[in-house]
Amino acid sequence: MSTASVPLPAWINYGLIPLLNLILAFFFSGLVVWAIGESPFEALQLLLVGALGRGEGIGFTLFYTTSFIFTGLSVAVAIHAGLFNIGSEGQAYLGGLGAALVALAMDSYVPWYVTMPFAVIGAALFGAACAAIPAWLQAKRGSHIVITTIMFNFIVSSLMNYVLVRLLIVPGKMAPETRTFLPGGQLPKLDWLIAMFGGKIGAAPFNFSFLIALVMCFLVWVLIWRTKLGYEMRTLGISPTAASYAGIRYSRIVMITMLISGGLAGMMALNPVMGASARLQIEFVGGAGFVGIAVSLMGRNHPAGIILAALLFGILYQGGAELSFDMPGITRDMIVVIQGMVILFAGALEYMLRPSIVRLYQQLTGK
Amino acid sequence: MSLDSPKDPAIELVGIDKKFGTVHANKNINLTVAKGSIHGIIGENGAGKSTLMSILYGFYQADHGEIRISGKPVTIRDSQAAIAAGIGMVHQHFMLVENFTVLENVMLGAEGGQLLAKGVASARKELKRLEDDYGLEVDPDAVIEELPVGSQQRVEILKALYRGADILILDEPTGVLTPPEADHLFKVLRVLRDQGKTIILITHKLREIMAITDTVSVMRRGEMVATRKTAETTVEELAELMVGRRVLLRVEKGAAHPGAVLMSVRNLTVKDSRGVTMVDDVSFDVRAGEIVGIAGVAGNGQSELLEAIAGIRKPSSGEILIHGKPVAGVDPAGLRDLGLAHIPEDRHHMGLVLKFEEYENSVLGYHRDAKYGRGPLLDLDAMRKDAEEKIAKYDIRPPNPRLRTANFSGGNQQKIVVAREIERDPKMLIIGQPTRGVDIGAIEFIHKRIIEMRDAGKAVLLVSVELDEIRSLSDRILVMFAGKIVGEKSSEAGEQTLGLMMAGIAA
Amino acid sequence: MDYFDIFISILGSAVRLSIPLLFTALAGLFSERAGIFDIGLEGKMLASAFAAACVAYWTGNAWFGLLGGIGVSIVFSFVHGFASITNRGNQIVSGVALNFVAAGLTIVLGQAWFRQGGRTGQVPPEGRFSSIVLPGADMMRDVPIIGPLYANVISGNNILTYIAFLMVPISWWVLYRTRFGLRLRAVGENPGAVDTAGISVAWMRYRSLIVAGFLCGFAGTYLSIAQSAAFINNMSAGKGYIALAALIFAKWKPVPVMLACLLFGFLDAFANFMQGKSLPLIGEVPVQIFQALPYILTCVLLAGFIGTARPPKAGGVPYTKER
Repeated sequence: MSTASVPLPAWINYGLIPLLNLILAFFFSGLVVWAIGESPFEALQLLLVGALGRGEGIGFTLFYTTSFIFTGLSVAVAIHAGLFNIGSEGQAYLGGLGAALVALAMDSYVPWYVTMPFAVIGAALFGAACAAIPAWLQAKRGSHIVITTIMFNFIVSSLMNYVLVRLLIVPGKMAPETRTFLPGGQLPKLDWLIAMFGGKIGAAPFNFSFLIALVMCFLVWVLIWRTKLGYEMRTLGISPTAASYAGIRYSRIVMITMLISGGLAGMMALNPVMGASARLQIEFVGGAGFVGIAVSLMGRNHPAGIILAALLFGILYQGGAELSFDMPGITRDMIVVIQGMVILFAGALEYMLRPSIVRLYQQLTGK
Repeated sequence: MSLDSPKDPAIELVGIDKKFGTVHANKNINLTVAKGSIHGIIGENGAGKSTLMSILYGFYQADHGEIRISGKPVTIRDSQAAIAAGIGMVHQHFMLVENFTVLENVMLGAEGGQLLAKGVASARKELKRLEDDYGLEVDPDAVIEELPVGSQQRVEILKALYRGADILILDEPTGVLTPPEADHLFKVLRVLRDQGKTIILITHKLREIMAITDTVSVMRRGEMVATRKTAETTVEELAELMVGRRVLLRVEKGAAHPGAVLMSVRNLTVKDSRGVTMVDDVSFDVRAGEIVGIAGVAGNGQSELLEAIAGIRKPSSGEILIHGKPVAGVDPAGLRDLGLAHIPEDRHHMGLVLKFEEYENSVLGYHRDAKYGRGPLLDLDAMRKDAEEKIAKYDIRPPNPRLRTANFSGGNQQKIVVAREIERDPKMLIIGQPTRGVDIGAIEFIHKRIIEMRDAGKAVLLVSVELDEIRSLSDRILVMFAGKIVGEKSSEAGEQTLGLMMAGIAA
Repeated sequence: MDYFDIFISILGSAVRLSIPLLFTALAGLFSERAGIFDIGLEGKMLASAFAAACVAYWTGNAWFGLLGGIGVSIVFSFVHGFASITNRGNQIVSGVALNFVAAGLTIVLGQAWFRQGGRTGQVPPEGRFSSIVLPGADMMRDVPIIGPLYANVISGNNILTYIAFLMVPISWWVLYRTRFGLRLRAVGENPGAVDTAGISVAWMRYRSLIVAGFLCGFAGTYLSIAQSAAFINNMSAGKGYIALAALIFAKWKPVPVMLACLLFGFLDAFANFMQGKSLPLIGEVPVQIFQALPYILTCVLLAGFIGTARPPKAGGVPYTKER
């Protein structure tokens, strides 16, 4: 038989193999850097220093990490129920509208900590609403959720375009964006957190939504592994026939899972919209939804893994931005290449190394 | 081997050996099949029959051993090599493209040129010839998914013959057929043999072996244990060879004391996903303290009946009553609350989530119970403690609730399911194929538990394709054929009587 | 006849806008009918657009540009095949990865080679596919109805446009009239049947991906050196996904694919035309509706409200021999 059925210890499955895949991804990214005539090692060093070298860099890194935690959780929750939600991008985008509407309505009346819970709910509701139709189509009409969520990314994009250009734009301005929220509609920066470690946050938009993201990680962990609903989701995700035998209603779980998934994606908007730019801007998601796919895959759909993977991508984003300043030959889009490589090697090619590692393991253990 | 080597062998397998990881699927197999004969290979599920045939058809490579076709050693690296060597295979699950026509399916892989147009005319002619020669009639332009199962199987045979097969392997061919379809198949096989083809029939049904084969080989746990001329052996001898010792068919049990009717089925009709009526106007009662067995050839509607009663499949008409109340629209969870437990036919796909740890499976379907956690939360400690108790009581090995369920043996997996369903102390129990793919020791254990349930006053409905199991456990036997209950017999009814009813011949 | 002229001009632009969709959707047709989901169409199109522009810029030859576009697109197909066929990886994930790689790589390399913010250099005229005036187009122009249609819609396109429409009957013929097509369709429905018939499932699927790469190469080439004269950042702009929508909307059949692409192209052209204009009675219609319409229509179709779309049965599932 093939090597697929041979069990490996957890440290190889969850530690060594992902690490090797990551190294491969970086190796091929390094080849690209080398091909355009720059030094890959110098680039890596600049990237790391840019991302982690100063308090401000760390602040930016954690800012990006926050977004990726939300979208990573969004993808992971759906995967546990056997659903591949690649619509986190659109769900986050619509979530931004929810957050912005709450902020615009409340910011002149109440302080931020009163606005915040409503904004969280607003963002989650709008994100969930965006996932609701694909979920319903999957649950009741059997339409493939991968395809419908892709379609909804574009539908939402057009809708938000319309909303921003026609409805929410500040009269007399050219930029399709809302007015700037007052402090009552902004999330405070976590400068004290950086300061605790002796750094200065500078201009980095690292904000309160990071803490919300960590809370969500915990809640998702509880949901998946400590609740009856999570048990039902996992059952459905692994064996739909066993789920029907156990009286787990397919359409109910699909709907609930996708609403939670969409809600988590929607909350991602809190970070850039209320935490950074203090306004709703066009295309503010900027691919974070798709990065969520990579984060969830790399993190093996576990909140702890997702935090680590999100941090990795946060480092890539921030370090990549710094890198493009220091190495003019390399544009910021190098991160997109690295992202693609990481998704390719850690995701699509995750089984590539397994057979040889199994053989090596068997030789070493003498089995 | 007890049989003289045939003078003119079509196939010789010499010392075939195959391991899958730690599973030794085929151990030093030797087999000789005479040209122009029907050779049966019989054995329990998991005895290694299918692996052996897959090696012969190039799906797997043997670790050791030699294959000779008509005396010449051959290497069969893939299906293409097998086809070239004149071997054709009719798989248990048909290898047909469902939205293609018969003609397209037959031509696939033997198109006769880059363009289809060239091959089509000659393929039509050849199909006509095969139809005339062997009585394999089927419309070449019919689309597969619109054909009945028997015709689909004929297409599989046609595919093999079209490729010039001289040796035809059939893997459990009657599992999906109605008795008339099976009769037709046997007729075709005899014609094929008489015209010089060699046929290998893999099955676990003794009756078929006796009915059609010339010689029979028995496999047990990866080994070829005996080869006999069919005319010189008996069902009893073969059965003993298959399981390795005299089968304990009679289970110790006292007289039944049936009580009130707990579960009734009234004029129930169930259709499958294709809209074919599988259960046709069926009515019966099950009382407290009795075991009602449903006998029948697989595929005569028993599975659909079970799933309908368990709330998994929606009936198209009729009703199911629990404690005299109709339960239309109640889902499996609701039925469990009414005291209905269900040991499903297929533990791999229904009864268990193989990737789950053992303790997670030991609550499947009952995970909402308050004892496994309050409100929306699960109490893992309670679940594990509960699982440990069941493991001890049912002697499930290895006794580790944190082990992945896939790593338990078939018998232990089935015990996990049985323990879960019985320990909830249900009022009614419906059971499908309780001992399929389960070792002898576990079979006895499971049978005893089922009798205990009856003696404790539970209503038990048992479905099994193993007639012996039905006869030894049931207090009353209902025979199902083509979706209908064709008759009721007491447990004293003879095997022959029941067999004729199952074949739809007598009522 | 003002309205008619407008209609003709929208129609002409609809044809031009539908060409990349048509090539890409046909590419998707070949890979998806063979059971390989191809979300990476977008990336393939983008990468081949970049490659075509580079090669055409350096050689000054449009046909070399086309070869470059096709070559790179096929390389992407191979990576997709390596991940999803050889290594049995998730096809969606592989496609997403390739889209990222293409989006990033085109800009990084473009910046490194041309230093114009990700654009390639301006491709000289001989490196581009220019429009061909069909014989008699000028003479026909004054014939009512047929004249403008012939002169402005049928004539005056570049060679790739005609190739695109030619690819429709060819694709149909290959899929339904050749051995390759029969096996390809079979492998997307029941790979087990193909395997037991002695045909390699993996090689069949690789070949279908090569065909897909080949066709996608035309799409990218069309974008960069027929429709425009250089590669521009992210110039595929989601067309790969619209093509995917068109493929589903057409229920995975060649001729309907053409009609769906023309419809989606027409919506695009109409949206461009309506920009800033208002309709009588209704007033100004937001162009975003037209942009979203292909996706909305596809969802409606998927919901089963307009017939049922039956995707290839084995689509998205890596093939493993059963034990």
